[in-house]
Amino acid sequence: MEQPNFSYIDTLSGEDEAFKNKLIGIIKTEFPNEKDVYLQNIAANNFKKASENVHKLKHKITILGLEESYKIATDYENNLKENKDLGKEDFQNILKVITDFLATI
Amino acid sequence: MNCIIIDDEATARTIIAQLCSNLPSLNVLEEFPNAILAMKYLNQNDVDLIFLDIHMPDFTGFDFIQSLKNPPKIILTTSDSKFAIEAFEYDCIVDYLIKPIRLPRFEKAIQKAELTKVKQTTNNTSPKAVETDSGNDLYINIDRRLIKLDISSIYLVEAKGDYIHVKTENQNYTVHSTLKKIEEKLPDSLFLKVHRSYIINTKKIIDIEDNSVLIKKDVIPVSRSNRPELMKRLNLL
Repeated sequence: MEQPNFSYIDTLSGEDEAFKNKLIGIIKTEFPNEKDVYLQNIAANNFKKASENVHKLKHKITILGLEESYKIATDYENNLKENKDLGKEDFQNILKVITDFLATI
Repeated sequence: MNCIIIDDEATARTIIAQLCSNLPSLNVLEEFPNAILAMKYLNQNDVDLIFLDIHMPDFTGFDFIQSLKNPPKIILTTSDSKFAIEAFEYDCIVDYLIKPIRLPRFEKAIQKAELTKVKQTTNNTSPKAVETDSGNDLYINIDRRLIKLDISSIYLVEAKGDYIHVKTENQNYTVHSTLKKIEEKLPDSLFLKVHRSYIINTKKIIDIEDNSVLIKKDVIPVSRSNRPELMKRLNLL
């Protein structure tokens, strides 16, 4: 499975280490909250809300350079909108990969 | 250009602010996590450009745009491209950026914004007849008698077939006219059409609940399309 990287963040930050650290700090704070809201909604079978949560999480997936995961997330988001949870396991694996990655930095 | 950023995601706001810092022509005045806070700010401040996320809970970017009478230039930001066609139905939208936003594409959007002249609406500059011709009064024709009403005393106008019911603090009147005609005679600053059959005096609102407002003892429905404008008028805490 593809792994997160800082390619986009490095390009955006340039030489500005302070900004890079600030952005990573915001992602580390915001991602777990967004993930928790998603998990609550999916546990409650609230697929519409969960699709909105997935949509929001897609931004962080792309920021961390996970291009294939973005496609998986988009398919899953569309399935949720149709009241199906097809792709749930793959998406939640992506969340785990990101969680593990953020724990190392 | 003075700009503001509206996005419920802190990560996105931080990235856009950083991109703006690369361009000396941009001055970020404020960042907002939701559209309601931005509307309050825009009631008292002028901006040249708004970076606006489409996908926000409760009040979407498109709801926000519809609530603005005289919108500045807007650059939409989103995680997917499916809204692009709808976006370009609005004159004020100058570009559409897919997240994650990269500097070269961002610079191109800013160039477009600088070159684009947004068509300004005339809502704020065209005085209604009452304000120019007869001060704060409105004359209504009942049984060939012209009755003078103090406009500020009107709290509700309701369409009923070929007639309208005009309700005031002291008395109610039934007039052979249309909602459209009286709407043209009432000042925007006080009155708002909240439903195809109702115009309300926004200063007389007692409370608002979901899709209805309470005015005096009347519960008036608010249509979905008119709700953003109503919300904009409120001095929300």
